[in-house]
Amino acid sequence: MNIRRLKDNISSRLMLAATVFACLLFFLMLIGLYSRASPILSAVPITDLLFSSVWEPSDGKFGFLPFIMGTLWVTGLATIIAVPISLLSSIYLSEYAGERLRNAVKPLIDLLAGIPSVVYGLWGVLAVVPFIKNYLAPVLGVETIGGYGILAGGIVLSIMVFPIIISVTGEVLRSVSQDLREVSLSLGSTKWQTIKHVVLRKARPGIFAAIVLGFSRAFGETMAVLMVVGNVPKVPSSVFDPAYPLPALIANTFGEMMSIPLYDSAILLAALMLLFVVLIFNIIARMVLIKIERSVI
Amino acid sequence: MELRRIEESIFKALMILSLVIVVGSLLAVIGIILWKGLPVLDIDMLTKTAQGGYYLGKGGGILNAIIGSLYLTFGGTVLAFFLSIGIAFYLQKEYSGGTRLSNITRLSLDILWGTPSIVYGAFGFTVLMYFHMRASLLAGIIVLALLELPIMTRAMEEVIKTVPIELKEVSYSLGATRLETTLRVVSKQALPGLMTGVLIAFGRGIGDAASILFTAGYTDRIPTSLFDATASLPLAIFFQLGTPLPQVQQKAYASAVILLLVILAISITTRILSKKYTKYIIK
Repeated sequence: MNIRRLKDNISSRLMLAATVFACLLFFLMLIGLYSRASPILSAVPITDLLFSSVWEPSDGKFGFLPFIMGTLWVTGLATIIAVPISLLSSIYLSEYAGERLRNAVKPLIDLLAGIPSVVYGLWGVLAVVPFIKNYLAPVLGVETIGGYGILAGGIVLSIMVFPIIISVTGEVLRSVSQDLREVSLSLGSTKWQTIKHVVLRKARPGIFAAIVLGFSRAFGETMAVLMVVGNVPKVPSSVFDPAYPLPALIANTFGEMMSIPLYDSAILLAALMLLFVVLIFNIIARMVLIKIERSVI
Repeated sequence: MELRRIEESIFKALMILSLVIVVGSLLAVIGIILWKGLPVLDIDMLTKTAQGGYYLGKGGGILNAIIGSLYLTFGGTVLAFFLSIGIAFYLQKEYSGGTRLSNITRLSLDILWGTPSIVYGAFGFTVLMYFHMRASLLAGIIVLALLELPIMTRAMEEVIKTVPIELKEVSYSLGATRLETTLRVVSKQALPGLMTGVLIAFGRGIGDAASILFTAGYTDRIPTSLFDATASLPLAIFFQLGTPLPQVQQKAYASAVILLLVILAISITTRILSKKYTKYIIK
């Protein structure tokens, strides 16, 4: 075998190894976290873990309910704010805007995606939290803990998921064939009627996938939320309450968890829950998107 | 005016308003950070490490965090590069055959891309516990490399996919092997895209805090070996903001300006690079 073939052969094996590693990495993470989380899963019944709201690690009481509800509240609010704004922007960019506007906005949206989450968190502390504390809460006559809480977390988080929903929706809208639009327009419908009855109908599964991806991105976001959400382990009952989402729990507890039995196991269980939820959401969204991609080609 | 035209105008107005909110929030984030941070940014912040009593408002800067972030992110990006380029090349048809393996790989990468960085951090932490090791520069580099891997690979694969098949066929018809074709034809043609991929991953790496919180640790010194704990810019912002003293919190604003400028510089470089090198591409 000559040297060129040998090089080709060796390099191809190395690349294959890297590829297999990428496929296995997720399972490694799953196994790694599960092996560390299993002590608490065998010590405390799963129903207690998921549905009890008593969080007293030093007494061996690990009820994740406040954290799960906190995560759902913050993520839900962020999704409610982000979805209409992102969808409308994306429709405008792909259906109405000219080439120049589209080219001008795209780098800005990429930049929005590139800003680190601590910077968003700091912005929340500097802008959103004081706004809620000084203006919104007094006007609405509600009590907050200094402006920190679910509302602040939801607002900051919604901005962080704009880019992903906008870009995925944009791709989906572009995949709707031009012929369909033209048929509708030739029948005398307006541009908006075409969008509403033809384009959006055709793009519905893809838009659903975009929203799921946005939700799952928000679900695991840690630092920005942690900095503005108040971090009180209680089941929230309104958007002005503080919350304590799962990622914030993981980040905050690091360092102090060594001395208490099962504490580290509980924290890694929280990470496992995040991984699991994100896995399910991502698989659903990707399946939908792959199906769309295939139907286009 | 017809009802349907009124409906169209209302929705068009709403769409423009939404776009203004999106772009406006970007400007608001950048604007407020610069407005609060620039006045408190001084040369000491950039050139001195944190001195004794720094978190009580004494002198010093965050050179330790700046250098630490550069070590971590350069290390992580280089490591991620070698893995990503291999995977991205392997996903070409002549290697993987466009088969099930490549579909599984793409799905795995998408799932990894969607995995929260705190989960990478927690996973890294379990591995450290398993080997009874402490947080270190090396551990931080490895975790950042894993975090950057899916972003970089997907970006690279996207551009490699666009290399015209004819170019490759010419190369193969001249008797070149797959490796030769990949290195001399494909990577040249895809170069701007590959660089963009590396830069985007670098930007994601340097801004991420949750993954290195457990794995790289934090220290006031500049690390001298791979096994030292290492400070980082995002964590510097987080810890400084967490202190009760206003003058230390202001240093968090200044640190955020530094991080934001790095991100802006990366973003602009990406644009310039892809413009500059696109002219060598055969279309």
